[in-house]
Amino acid sequence: MKDDNTHGAPRTVPIQSATFTNPINAEIRRAAATGIYDIRGGGAKRKVPHFDDLLFLGASISRYPLEGYRERCDTSVTLGTRHASKPIELDIPVTIAGMSFGALSGPAKEALGRGATLAGTSTTTGDGGMTEEERGHSDKLVYQYLPSRYGMNPDDLRRCDAIEIVVGQGAKPGGGGMLLGQKISDRVAEMRNLPKGIDQRSACRHPDWTGPDDLEIKILELREITGWEKPIYIKIGGSRPYFDTTLAVKAGADVVVLDGMQGGTAATQDVFIENVGQPILACIREAVRALQDMGMHREVQLIVSGGVRTGADVAKCMAMGADAVAIGTAALIALGDNDPRWEAEYNALGTTAGAYDDWHEGNDPAGITTQDPELMARFDPVEGGRRLNNYLKVMTLEAQTIARACGKSHLHNLEPEDLCALTLEAAAMAKIPLAGTDWYPGKPGAGY
Amino acid sequence: MQTFDLEAQGLRQLNATLHAQANDTNQTAWEVINPRGSHAIAVGLDAPIEVTVKGSTGYYCGGMNKQATINVHGSVGPGVAENMMSGTVVIEGDASQYAGATGHGGTLVIKGNASSRCGISMKGIDIVVHGNIGHMSAFMAQSGHLVVCGDAGEALGDSLYEAKIFVRGSVRSLGADCIEKEMRPEHIDALRGLLERGGCDAKPEEFRRYGSARQLYTFNIDNAY
Repeated sequence: MKDDNTHGAPRTVPIQSATFTNPINAEIRRAAATGIYDIRGGGAKRKVPHFDDLLFLGASISRYPLEGYRERCDTSVTLGTRHASKPIELDIPVTIAGMSFGALSGPAKEALGRGATLAGTSTTTGDGGMTEEERGHSDKLVYQYLPSRYGMNPDDLRRCDAIEIVVGQGAKPGGGGMLLGQKISDRVAEMRNLPKGIDQRSACRHPDWTGPDDLEIKILELREITGWEKPIYIKIGGSRPYFDTTLAVKAGADVVVLDGMQGGTAATQDVFIENVGQPILACIREAVRALQDMGMHREVQLIVSGGVRTGADVAKCMAMGADAVAIGTAALIALGDNDPRWEAEYNALGTTAGAYDDWHEGNDPAGITTQDPELMARFDPVEGGRRLNNYLKVMTLEAQTIARACGKSHLHNLEPEDLCALTLEAAAMAKIPLAGTDWYPGKPGAGY
Repeated sequence: MQTFDLEAQGLRQLNATLHAQANDTNQTAWEVINPRGSHAIAVGLDAPIEVTVKGSTGYYCGGMNKQATINVHGSVGPGVAENMMSGTVVIEGDASQYAGATGHGGTLVIKGNASSRCGISMKGIDIVVHGNIGHMSAFMAQSGHLVVCGDAGEALGDSLYEAKIFVRGSVRSLGADCIEKEMRPEHIDALRGLLERGGCDAKPEEFRRYGSARQLYTFNIDNAY
């Protein structure tokens, strides 16, 4: 009889390492084969504590609800009331985040303007300057003032509705940007004063100021150029929200825009996106605390972004003290990005609908994150605008539904007391009591 | 000549008054007295007027200028003529950091020295410095000309794109991807014109030219840091 070491006993099943997972191993092999790190678009894909980890409590004997469809629940917000002589009045507190012409096609920028305008909200330029499509179709347009200053000029500064000084971005706080040569068309090159077809670097810090004292003077200059009319936003990544919010307000901001690590980018290193910055859930209450400590909550408005997807997310941000939210990735999905209708083409690019993130390569089958004329022609900006408007309407209706259930006649009346947390992590980060308790880790006076 | 007392009338009034000057204004000559180092003097101008500042200024004097000619009879703080689109800014004294940063057009003349990061990220502006410039000047400079009649500090032209740099004196060191290039007749001619515009009597033949090696134009493993 042949010797059998197992003696017929069951074998230990193969175990996949929780540390060396298949995706990790695949990335090691890819790095070993190519010698270069992965660049991609989008925000953090890793699972982090998020708005899903919070719930609303709803009304009860001690909280009186509003009738679901009939009773008034306002959604308007005014941004820039601190110093600007012409603050921005929005019908809904969901704005469109900054995304560049270059990263996006001209028709995609037009669609964002159309959709935002139909919904009564603002859209935002990006790195690369202001396009006519965008200005022409955006009733309220925020003009980003970025470290690269690509396309920056005083005429556009005067014809915008607000100025957003970009200090940081949630996907890559401390990092600059990259627009690869495939997307540098004649038009993009001209707007950026650079040769066609070369890889373009967007600087990580501003060229003519360093630190909050300089920033205060820079804001003075921008206000003087624009006659003190425009609200001035300062956008920060989710790094040190308490201190950065404090310094932004000290420097003179009318509005602070706070972007968590789930917020998207057109292109940067995957290792950066996944390993630098904090989830937006961990940032909102710290920024609000900074505003409250300075007596500036609601006087300086707070816009938060990074993973806002639904009206429930909007309502949760409002409850934690934000004045408005901004959406980027969600807006692109509403336009048609990553739509399964293009699955065969996503497969041909080695990916699948829902996972496509090589926006920097310019091959977007949906015609949104590209400068390729044939791909761009697939995208209808009028239809895109209609879809975005619909989506914004649904988000607003959802947020109103929740606010009414909490007895609130304005989204801004939502408050932390309306929330509970499902996990210890979310409770600690959002400073919201764990469900079924009146406690969260680190709660003052809790003694532990 | 219109005289504006900045100390008495204030910055807002100054810029609002200068912004109100249209292309066909008859009040083309302005003198600003008592600047006392104020920031954001004569920013965002957009008319063919001439503004003379009698004294030294703070940050961003002449920022985003279009069309106007601004003369500063003193020294200037950081970011003079930043993002200038057109026109001329002339500084009789020295300039602090970031002079001419991101400028798209026009001419900036500094008759003294300029500090670090002169011409950073310049996008078409022409800058003529009679004296020396500090470190990291013309960092990521995209287009336009930087003329230095004196010496240049460390890391000149780091990550340079298509801007052209001419230096008469020594260069402490060149930044990444910046190299010395041949001075051909067309460069001599261009430099002669720049020196004339800058009111400088230096001979173009005494200068050396620096530009981009264009090795960073394509993202690859060698520059992926």
